[in-house]
Amino acid sequence: MSEKPTLAVENLETHFFTKAGVAKAVDGVSFSINPGEIMGLVGESGSGKSVTGFSVIGLVDPPGKVVGGRVLYRGENLLDLDEERMRSLRGNRIAMIFQDPMMTLNPVLRIDTQMIETVQAHEPNVSDANARARARDVLGQVGIPSPDERLKAYPHQFSGGMRQRVAIAIALINKPDLIIADEPTTALDVTIQGQILYEAQKLCRETGTAMIWITHDLAVVAGLADKICVMYAGRLAEQGALDDVLDHPVHPYTVGLLGSVPGHNTRGKPLYQIPGMTPSLLKVPPGCAFKDRCPRADHACEELPPITEPVPGRQIRCFHPHLDGEAVA
Amino acid sequence: MSDTHDGAMLEVRDLTKNFVKRLDLAAKMAVKLGSNLKEEVVHAVDGVNFQIAPGEVVGLVGESGCGKSTIGRMIAGILPPTSGDVVYKGKAVAGMDASDAKATALAIQMIFQDPFASLNPRMRVQDIIGEAPVLHGVVDAKDAADYVAEVMLRVGLDPEYRRRYPHQFSGGQRQRIGIARALAVKPDFLVCDEAIAALDVSIQAQVINLFMDLREDLDLTYLFISHDLSVVEHISDRVVIMYLGRVVEVATTDDIFETANHPYTLALLNEVPRLDMRGFDYQPVAGEIPSPLDPPPGCHFHPRCPHATARCREERPVLREVAPGRLSACHLNDA
Repeated sequence: MSEKPTLAVENLETHFFTKAGVAKAVDGVSFSINPGEIMGLVGESGSGKSVTGFSVIGLVDPPGKVVGGRVLYRGENLLDLDEERMRSLRGNRIAMIFQDPMMTLNPVLRIDTQMIETVQAHEPNVSDANARARARDVLGQVGIPSPDERLKAYPHQFSGGMRQRVAIAIALINKPDLIIADEPTTALDVTIQGQILYEAQKLCRETGTAMIWITHDLAVVAGLADKICVMYAGRLAEQGALDDVLDHPVHPYTVGLLGSVPGHNTRGKPLYQIPGMTPSLLKVPPGCAFKDRCPRADHACEELPPITEPVPGRQIRCFHPHLDGEAVA
Repeated sequence: MSDTHDGAMLEVRDLTKNFVKRLDLAAKMAVKLGSNLKEEVVHAVDGVNFQIAPGEVVGLVGESGCGKSTIGRMIAGILPPTSGDVVYKGKAVAGMDASDAKATALAIQMIFQDPFASLNPRMRVQDIIGEAPVLHGVVDAKDAADYVAEVMLRVGLDPEYRRRYPHQFSGGQRQRIGIARALAVKPDFLVCDEAIAALDVSIQAQVINLFMDLREDLDLTYLFISHDLSVVEHISDRVVIMYLGRVVEVATTDDIFETANHPYTLALLNEVPRLDMRGFDYQPVAGEIPSPLDPPPGCHFHPRCPHATARCREERPVLREVAPGRLSACHLNDA
């Protein structure tokens, strides 16, 4: 794809200045997304994946602060914008879907009020009737039956899955170029998750909306995304095209993570386990953050590995990647 | 059914649990004045039968509201059944004398989903693990410290940490404390209710491996309750699939994952994201999970089932053997 990326994040750094010290929640992360592309942003708890999403859309609250890097939306650095300009983009060109749909929805307002408000906040000239028609259309798009009646309902009258659909519909209503989805299906049941993934996939294909899908679940990303970015302790571990990363991971953390997913081929065998646990962001060890858990670590890992591209299209931060086609654990 | 499985370690027979929302005073008065308010009854578990053989790992799978946790709680003795029996080693728990009932309560232990909520935050780890075995005479009070250290080592915790409180541990370690607490009274049956759902992927693998090691070392039998089919496929010998309070299919893990019989099982399998499904076109099952307050008549799955017929809308399908070792509750098997 030679077209300009919808979003290019360069060397993003977001730190939290707490009493106990500075937590580098995002520490030098770069990636880019083209129109219509879905990127899976994967990591365990405390890896900085959600904070990366919040940083892009400018929703990091104190004591957190974006301290470095650039977030280029169609070439424009979002970090330089004043709050007014940012607000005109947020919810309009760039939308966010949260894990808990009640983060988006106001419990005391009817769905139609909230949706019409979202339209008119960015396009004050749209009439109520037109805004309502758009609201009805997007509700239909995300698979809500009889949208005309459901517009008059309050959020508590919806089930969890339906509420998440409404939140997605609100994110979609202004036809954004980029949607940041932060674990939107984690709290949902499998069959409902399937429905939401289906809608998300369809929408990106049909409308050319780019999407960042933040999750801890590699299997969800496998079915959904075009590319994948794996984070560990605030830093990029590995990123590349989906099939390449899942079939031939080169970073020892990605290798370990994929090996520890149970499934069809693992029955009766012990799962590969990464020893130890993720470090607290306040106490990230110097050098490579993964070295204490890594079977390949040696003295070189006392230094922070730079981002390199050992295979075309693949960026990693590691001195000892699995490159020679050796068997993956 | 029980005749063919005399060797079952644990059996549930027609197990049923209804939760009733009683009318409050105002509602009772309204009824006296002619209102037609009724008590709301949730049929959380509706006539469930299955057996578990000694040493077996049975996965109990279903979506939220299907009653899987309620079954786990009834087996562990935390909730009394509305009707039906939990039968342990051939004896119905409800009809046991006091000493048998106590021995059974110790022999069946439960591990909970949330290691944050299931441990008393004001107790030290040594007391969380050591209290029950001393109280029940599994060990003498003077040997308790050594015993706690032994149990902690078994689940991969450093006994040095015995004087710490739960909040000083990470999620994975806390789950190990929960497992140690259950193991401390020497159970032979463990009910694991979403025991790894709250853990990160790399920690999940550690705890799954621990469960499998313990099974080998201590000869344990598990009922492994989970919504995560890939974990269940990895860990179980047999799988029980539930939908809205009823069992829809029981079969060996291979049979379930290779040739599922019930349309709900198939739908569930289709929808589970897997690492080897790339660029997958999700073909979701339509519709919502109905409320257990007002389940659909006939087969509970019929409003979402692509093959539903008139009969499915009226008649409840019976769970019956459709092939050796495989039970399914679907009218399509009669055609």
